[in-house]
Amino acid sequence: MIQLVPRTGASGLWQVATPVLAVLATMLTGGLLFALLGHDPVAAIRTIFWDPLFGMAASYSRPQLLVKAAPLILIASGLAVGFRAGIWNIGAEGQYIIGGITGAGVALALHPLDAFWIFPAMVLAGLAGGWAWGMIPALLRNWFGASEILVSLMLVYVAQRVAAWMAFGPMKNPEGFGFPGSRNLQQYPSASNPELFANTGAHWGVFAALAAVVATWVLMSRHIRGFHIRAAGTAPRAARFAGVRPQVLVAFCLGLSGALAGAAGLFEVAGPAGQVTDKLGVGYGFTAIIVAFLGRLHPVGILLAGLLLALTYIGGELAQLTMQLPAASVQVFQGMLLFFLLGFDILTRFRIVRRVRA
Amino acid sequence: MIDPLSVFLLLLSASTPILFAALGELVVERAGVLNLGVEGMMITGALAGFAVAHATGNPFAGFVAAAVAGAAISTLFAALTQAFLANQVASGLALTLFGLGLAAMFGKPFEGVKAPPMPAGPLGINWIVWLGLLAVPAIWWFLTRSRRGLILRGVGENHEAAHALGYDVRLTRLAAIAFGGAMAGIGGAFISIATVLQWTEGMTAGAGWIALAIVVFSNWTAVGVLAGAWLFGGVTVLQLRLQAAGVNVPVQLLSMAPYLATIIVLVLISGRQKYSRRAGAAAPGSLGQNFHALR
Amino acid sequence: MDSATVFRADGVGKTYPGVRANDDVSFEIAKGEIHALLGENGAGKSTLVKMIYGLVRPDDGHMTLLDRPHEPSDPRAARAAGVAMVFQHFSLFDALTVAENIALGMENPPPRRELADRITKVSHEFGLPLNPARRVVTLSAGERQRVEIIRCLLQNPRLLIMDEPTSVLTPQEAELLFATLRKLAAQGTAILYISHKLEEIRAHCDRATILRHGRVVDSCNPRDHSANQLAAMMVGGEMRAVDRSGRNAGETLLDLRDLSLPAPTAEGVALKSVSLSLRAGEILGIGGVAGNGQEELLAALSGEMPSTPGTLSVEGADLSQAGPAARRRAGLLAAPEDRLGHAAVPDFSLTENTLLTAGDRKSLVRRGLIDHDAARDFAQAVIATFDVRTPGPGTAAKALSGGNLQKFVIGREVLQDPRVLVVNQPTWGVDAGAAAAVRQSLLDLARSGAGVIVISQDLDEILELSDRFCALNEGRLSDPVPTEGLTLERIGLMLGGAHGMEEARI
Repeated sequence: MIQLVPRTGASGLWQVATPVLAVLATMLTGGLLFALLGHDPVAAIRTIFWDPLFGMAASYSRPQLLVKAAPLILIASGLAVGFRAGIWNIGAEGQYIIGGITGAGVALALHPLDAFWIFPAMVLAGLAGGWAWGMIPALLRNWFGASEILVSLMLVYVAQRVAAWMAFGPMKNPEGFGFPGSRNLQQYPSASNPELFANTGAHWGVFAALAAVVATWVLMSRHIRGFHIRAAGTAPRAARFAGVRPQVLVAFCLGLSGALAGAAGLFEVAGPAGQVTDKLGVGYGFTAIIVAFLGRLHPVGILLAGLLLALTYIGGELAQLTMQLPAASVQVFQGMLLFFLLGFDILTRFRIVRRVRA
Repeated sequence: MIDPLSVFLLLLSASTPILFAALGELVVERAGVLNLGVEGMMITGALAGFAVAHATGNPFAGFVAAAVAGAAISTLFAALTQAFLANQVASGLALTLFGLGLAAMFGKPFEGVKAPPMPAGPLGINWIVWLGLLAVPAIWWFLTRSRRGLILRGVGENHEAAHALGYDVRLTRLAAIAFGGAMAGIGGAFISIATVLQWTEGMTAGAGWIALAIVVFSNWTAVGVLAGAWLFGGVTVLQLRLQAAGVNVPVQLLSMAPYLATIIVLVLISGRQKYSRRAGAAAPGSLGQNFHALR
Repeated sequence: MDSATVFRADGVGKTYPGVRANDDVSFEIAKGEIHALLGENGAGKSTLVKMIYGLVRPDDGHMTLLDRPHEPSDPRAARAAGVAMVFQHFSLFDALTVAENIALGMENPPPRRELADRITKVSHEFGLPLNPARRVVTLSAGERQRVEIIRCLLQNPRLLIMDEPTSVLTPQEAELLFATLRKLAAQGTAILYISHKLEEIRAHCDRATILRHGRVVDSCNPRDHSANQLAAMMVGGEMRAVDRSGRNAGETLLDLRDLSLPAPTAEGVALKSVSLSLRAGEILGIGGVAGNGQEELLAALSGEMPSTPGTLSVEGADLSQAGPAARRRAGLLAAPEDRLGHAAVPDFSLTENTLLTAGDRKSLVRRGLIDHDAARDFAQAVIATFDVRTPGPGTAAKALSGGNLQKFVIGREVLQDPRVLVVNQPTWGVDAGAAAAVRQSLLDLARSGAGVIVISQDLDEILELSDRFCALNEGRLSDPVPTEGLTLERIGLMLGGAHGMEEARI
């Protein structure tokens, strides 16, 4: 007879082992799925997880790793802080879009002015835009008790339509021959977020992501506010007893994660994407949720998980090119990864005991 | 001149996907489970239903397949939350992300294919619309009048007590989750088979999330779900009418209406619910909490 | 087997991972007998009754009910066999009506209308009137218990198990309950009565089986023994008396003036114009039946629920609007009732749990940054001073026994040198040794010049500790009376008497 016995403390070993197990299980199941679709499973897995780093096209795809990982890590760092407190911002995608729009808006308004402060001002505007979009669910929850899960998610759809409106209307490039989409910021030096070191993919967003990892690590493990966030997540009444005001925490967590997502959006619009289009949101905000969980809501874990999921994006594109795997297989992979992770998570909280009846 | 009857018929049609999904989620939440995977189950149903309807030429076979597919994918969530005791919010999100990806992946061959025609039901109203309308009193009766419904509400209100009285919390919840999956599947299939008449990636466009909001709006009652679904259907129809009438507002802004309406509804209703437990119907006491019994 | 025997256990045992909860338990209950099951917290009473009620399966031994083997696979099988149970923590569904709650406790409930009629009829017969259409969330604790009892009575049980039923009742309500039980016993129902209230058992029970560490250590007629003798059997040794000498009341430390607060939740209680003053070196006892505003009063004092300006002051400083952190800085500390989840974070280590309340006063947090070494040292000091049995400060709070965690929680506050300490149910669910240690530490704190407020349902505890007594009833606080010469009956009346219950009429 098999029985689950709650652990008295979370198991340190399994904390690290379950994400690894989940990745392995995903590779296995993913391989099976590809085999079902008539592809060579070993080749598919190798194409997704190995070739981008060490394969023939690696010199092209390796820099992409940082380009894709930076927004994921930046967004996930903020989300993880909220998730620790039991505050579920699942609308980072919307905050990302709005941050991109407000940041780009500064540049488009100043075009063609040339000044050193334009890019910093754009970063601030991106942070502010994401922050403001994140504060909407925070305030609606604090004032009216509306679920931040549903409100933040609804605002993703609203943000997508704002982006479309901007691309077709107010921000449309006057010299764009009638095509939708704003001016390309890559051609506006004061406002662009270029690759800082050739062939690394490292733009300002990469450094922002690293800074976010360090800052959230200090916050969560050294600062009393981080302690309060963790306490509120596992024992809300105890946190209130300690003096935490839940409303302040809601505003802090949604504001922080919104701001970081907004900054990620700005770095993307000013860098790799280059312009505001109706396709501004590419799903980083949702994938970052998986990154946060896969990284066990821990900054260092998020760093690694962000790199891994960036790899699946690049590997997925590669597999699409070379093996004609469907583009959505990456999404399936990411979903499966989260499933397995949540399933294996039971090992961190329970011991599995085999009992023999006396 | 707008004919009120035709507007009402449009409203009925626009509200049906949400009505099915929200009725299913109502039963799930009444059992104490918060399944945020509605969107994922709807898109799964939309694809499975469309594929089977296309293959067999029979739209009704499509709806049956959609229900089966929705229930099947919901068991992933059920396994995670009921057997592996995983966090319900995260598991629901995983279901949505996974369902969207899976449907996008398997849906490729169906892009650009037309749905088989659907015979009109009584009064020229779609059979599935009728089914949805009948489901409202049926679920009302089940929840408030039947023994099994009472047990289900007991499990959702206080799972410790239900367990102490000898009811199987896990089994009740498994059944509720599967039912919710089937209903979401039908709702999704209504979009692909009866409304849009083709398959496109991401075609549910947040309907599952709106359904979740409508369950909150309904104050966890079947009649409230109907009212919420109609409200939403009304906003959608109005928005489409305004677009068609060429109002001087960008299309992108008009199409925000359903989502903004959902937010407004959530705000209006949530403030009122803080003290409504004494009056009965309100969020079930054990909503979103997992249950684990030592034996 | 004697035909008068309703239930018998033979060598029943149950092991949980790491704990032998019951070992070789044998006893029998006769027809019409009120049989007490007596033991400390953790002695194995709950596990034993859960086995009888089919919630837990015994690992060894066997049970017999009415000459038939009793091996219920689940509670429904147990109910079908004639066992009914009233739970300590009610197994009720707040949002459902009384009738729905009762229907859930029955195997084959009659149709709705008929059930409602039967509830009205039976509840009046037993002097426990109930409106079947009311929602349970609107009922008082005493009324909720009636729902449980009526649920049992409607099934004509042969064996009725009552798990600590009087912990939520005033002394008068408890008297009424016993009148009902005696009537049932007279009709032939066997009653298994679980309690640790010794006087109550001596007054009302026919036999007592005493459990200690999961084993039956004695069986006796409780009327033949004094409460002290029963206590000695229960804990396996003499109880140490507390030392309450050497205390002098000084200047006023804490002043509450006309403090009113709305109910925080639908289930909560509003505080209505509460006034009190507490002096240095004094212990003020606040008694009351659970659910009469104890938690709310503690929250109003701890700062979790701020009140209108001018209603709460400590040493002259108005703290009505101050949050918990500011009140702690001013010397007003508190220890809530619920140890796991309110006074401590279950998943956090003891070290981390010191940060919950002691960050400022013990300089464990400076300019927002946590000094983990200082926190561990402080946790170590609490563990050493209060004899908390644990492997070390790195242990998670939830891994400690109730008594040890309570010693830690109280110790954490006491070692911060409070000016005023407020504790709610300081010894609830705590073994006798730890309870004595906690009580002594409160007395010592008062002797050192602090003011202490003890909110407790345990009237004996209040009489033992406090200098003055107030009753909390439906959110209202009575005027204080000196505890010298106070009788239980007088206290009972202060607590609201029988809350409108009527005497049984059959």
